[in-house]
Amino acid sequence: MNSLIRSTVRCLRSGPTVCLLRPADGLVRAASARFLCAATDLQKDLGEMVKKDKVVVFIKGTPGQPMCGFSNAVVQILRMHGVDHYASYNVLEDQELREGVKVFSNWPTIPQVYFNGEFVGGCDILLQMHQNGDLVEELKKLGIHSALLDAEKESK
Amino acid sequence: MAVSADHIRDKLTTELGAAHVDVEDTTSNRCATSFKVLVVSPQFEGKPLLQRHRMVNTCLAEELKEIHAFEQKTLTPEQWDKLKLQ
Repeated sequence: MNSLIRSTVRCLRSGPTVCLLRPADGLVRAASARFLCAATDLQKDLGEMVKKDKVVVFIKGTPGQPMCGFSNAVVQILRMHGVDHYASYNVLEDQELREGVKVFSNWPTIPQVYFNGEFVGGCDILLQMHQNGDLVEELKKLGIHSALLDAEKESK
Repeated sequence: MAVSADHIRDKLTTELGAAHVDVEDTTSNRCATSFKVLVVSPQFEGKPLLQRHRMVNTCLAEELKEIHAFEQKTLTPEQWDKLKLQ
């Protein structure tokens, strides 16, 4: 109950939704977009959040300023593939989001990556997919043409 | 109970029938308890990456509550042999 009061006060204090638009780094959605912070509502919100955009990541920090090496790796990999329109949620902004997303995904760590509403994995998995070519394929399925395909063509 | 590399290694070996396990305590590189593991197990055969990682996560569910950062690499014995040849 206390955390509900605390987070509601936090939401009210921070004002209406803060939405930072960074075209080069993807759309950063503020975690405070959620007004009701009860645990079950968060799970429901997460269900919607991961489907709202094709590529959704939960990281520490933002694409412009990642606050952890693993989160940075995810951002860099997406950038390499030319994916610059994706939703990014900063778990450092919101302790309940940070814990809630781990429950939602049944995954113990941050960062977390979602493609088309489906959980992909963390940094390790994204990195391996990048290294073995799977990421290019998965992005294609999302209708995203990886920049690395063009780079490949140019080098041939 | 502080999580130790040995404890993790034993658990992974026992519960995942691992042929090979490497556990590295990477705490000094990060701000809190962190580990990097390599698990080689025939149980990973035919399973996609996500499923393999979830197997490891399930095995270490209790320990992960105390671990701040966790990296993992999951290979089948065949993949491991190929990697060693490189």
